[in-house]
Amino acid sequence: MTKKIKNLNLNFGPQHPAAHGVLRLILELDGEVVEKADPHIGLLHRGTEKLIENKTYMQAVPYFDRLDYVAPMNQEHAFALAVEKILKIDVPIRAQFIRVIFCEIGRILSHILNVTTQAMDVGALTPTLWGFEEREKLMGFYERVSGSRLHANYFRAGGVHQDLPQGLEEDIANFCESFPKIINDLESLLTDNRIFKQRNVDIGVVTKQDALDYSFSGVMIRGSGVPWDLRKSQPYDCYENLDFKIPVGKNGDCYDRYLCRIEEMKESVFIIKQCLSKIEKGPIKSLDGKISPPPKKEIKQSMEALIHHFKLFTEGYRVPKDEIYTAVEAPKGEFGVYLISDGSSKPYKCKIRAPGFSHLQSMDYLIKGHMLADVPAVLGSLDIVFGEVDR
Amino acid sequence: MKNLEDLEKKINSELTTKINKSEIKHNQIYLEIDKDDLVNICLFLKTNNDTKFKQLIDITVVDYPERNQRFEVVYLFLSHEFNQRLVLKYTISEHEVIPSLTSVFPSSNWMEREVFDMYGVSFKDHPDLRRILTDYGFEGHPLRKDFPLTGHSEVRYSEDKKKVISEPVKLEQNFRNFDYESPWEGTKYIKDEIDNNDKKN
Repeated sequence: MTKKIKNLNLNFGPQHPAAHGVLRLILELDGEVVEKADPHIGLLHRGTEKLIENKTYMQAVPYFDRLDYVAPMNQEHAFALAVEKILKIDVPIRAQFIRVIFCEIGRILSHILNVTTQAMDVGALTPTLWGFEEREKLMGFYERVSGSRLHANYFRAGGVHQDLPQGLEEDIANFCESFPKIINDLESLLTDNRIFKQRNVDIGVVTKQDALDYSFSGVMIRGSGVPWDLRKSQPYDCYENLDFKIPVGKNGDCYDRYLCRIEEMKESVFIIKQCLSKIEKGPIKSLDGKISPPPKKEIKQSMEALIHHFKLFTEGYRVPKDEIYTAVEAPKGEFGVYLISDGSSKPYKCKIRAPGFSHLQSMDYLIKGHMLADVPAVLGSLDIVFGEVDR
Repeated sequence: MKNLEDLEKKINSELTTKINKSEIKHNQIYLEIDKDDLVNICLFLKTNNDTKFKQLIDITVVDYPERNQRFEVVYLFLSHEFNQRLVLKYTISEHEVIPSLTSVFPSSNWMEREVFDMYGVSFKDHPDLRRILTDYGFEGHPLRKDFPLTGHSEVRYSEDKKKVISEPVKLEQNFRNFDYESPWEGTKYIKDEIDNNDKKN
């Protein structure tokens, strides 16, 4: 007698703690081996691109915070750079340093979250507790500079919204002294941990060729041994004056990607330190009154400043007709903005290129032939945040 | 090729008639082509030793409802080796079906699904052309310019039917689009400047 065996279809998510948000993954299982994975995304789709088309350039910035909400300022950076390039305006050097400092803080924020939750997905709870204490401090810096812990709305075309408050530079410097110890603590829990290695080594291996074919970027491509980082290869703001290394993996598995992230955090601390030593007093946004709002004090006295203020917060600044694609190295990979302006004060089109979108796409290829228990491990190392995947 | 101008010349001399227009803007090459040459051109860009645009960054569409050829399809490429970016474009009319790139770049699968979802452009030979970002059973294509910002329908949980239902959008207050743009065009010299800039672009 022959018995017919049917594959089991399993719904993973959308409400599952290891799905890192609202991912609905439909898995076809043969026993415990995954035959096929079909990710259903879009459960967090908010129509960001449509909304941006209906807002002025300044009003569009907060939408970028809500994409990858664990590293908000990195997204704002891409948009600010795109607008600056079309407007052909220069950013004061102090503003460039401030932006780089906060981008690197964003990178640490994102990598702590990813490394520790990946550890949690494979069974270790302590790293999360230790790591989140540090994230809390970093979000404190966000709050002090922008007024909010998460959705900063801080970068502007032409600079940043306001100057660093008193004492913040010293506090960030102190953090840079204490944080490497925490990274070492995290590493002592994970790097040589037997269980962590069993769950991650040789899981979700990506070859160099596939990393290119599947449009991988960031840690996903560096983990496979391609030394590619936009901060080095297509430097923006003051990155070309800074000294840092690009950690590259060897095997392209989940464990190598974890190691890359740990090393990148160390490099980020190093970059922040350099910025803090080089930063000088000066203006923090473009002095062009047609683009940056004037200081409050001037509005009380100068008629021109008052007009500028009124025009900027009603009509907004106009951006000449052009199109541009600008990308930054966000913590998760290449985050790009394809912006088309039509001469009015609203973008005609703003396509957002999110790294997580192409990473998640490869889920089927990565997980085929792995066990069900490897799904969270692979998903964790892809570093998916649904804010940016679904947009 | 590391040099952008050389690279542009090389592409133009190799593809000659297939390129309708090429220019260098913002350190990137912008090419305009015909729809039918897409797959061949992409294969060339990907495999040629002087171009090596091995990564497809994104696919998107720009909607110009007032034009005859309504949609402009845009492909963004990246060459890691030569550190260059390239933008490929062509225009199509509303109901045209365009070739899929999935055979050349596997990553174009979801990107094309997104274009299909957001703009309603269909792809020939795509293995799995389903909606991707919008809800199951969604109607319309949200990123088209004629799709209203508030959408057509909203969902809520119905206590009577004990399930989530979809009904036409009812807003307490209509969406208000304030047009702050000044009808005053400024003095003549400013107007001339704007016109000149428009011409240049």
